[in-house]
Amino acid sequence: MIKLTKDPIDVNEVISSVYDAGAGAVDVFIGSVRNKTSEKKVVKLEFEAYEKMAVSEMEKIAVGAREKWPVCKLSIVHRVGELGLGELPVVIAVSTPHRSDAFEACRYIIDTLKQTVPIWKKEVFEDGEVWVAAHP
Amino acid sequence: MELEVILFGIAKDIVGSSKLKLKLHDGASVKTLKKQLIAQFPEMNKLKSIAFAVDTDYVDDNYQLRDNEEIVIIPPVSGG
Repeated sequence: MIKLTKDPIDVNEVISSVYDAGAGAVDVFIGSVRNKTSEKKVVKLEFEAYEKMAVSEMEKIAVGAREKWPVCKLSIVHRVGELGLGELPVVIAVSTPHRSDAFEACRYIIDTLKQTVPIWKKEVFEDGEVWVAAHP
Repeated sequence: MELEVILFGIAKDIVGSSKLKLKLHDGASVKTLKKQLIAQFPEMNKLKSIAFAVDTDYVDDNYQLRDNEEIVIIPPVSGG
């Protein structure tokens, strides 16, 4: 399952989507909205995506993960729109025959997603807002 | 040729619109587009990076633009 969604992500649905008879391990990464950045109180996050390219870049990451590790199944689900504190912007699940591959593949997926997938996060504070990582 | 580029995130805020029309010479490269964009909107030069996508794939500076493609400016991404 690879998709963007405006609705809250059902973590159990993402996890169960990668259950597989050949899998001995499922690794899951869950991103959550933190209440502060550099001691500034965060009110909410806003995620914007170039949707069709975001999906195609996530599909490329899935292909890359399958080339590097013996992936049984994998899912990547990312939210768009406004998210409050504690909500989940991204959930990734990977199943493999053995656990070390699941850990590594999951880390590769989230690290690559943060570098290549055209999704932008705006942090909204009590006294202003900033596009994350836009400036050096 | 006249191109319409699509903007997201901070690039959209800098330009003040999600679409921008630009006139470039025929066969202009992404490099030329980037130069013109920065000349018109100097704030773009302060960004950590500016990438471009054509028809949903990243392209490099040497890519030759055509006027019937979907050209998108990709400011530094920050998903996750």
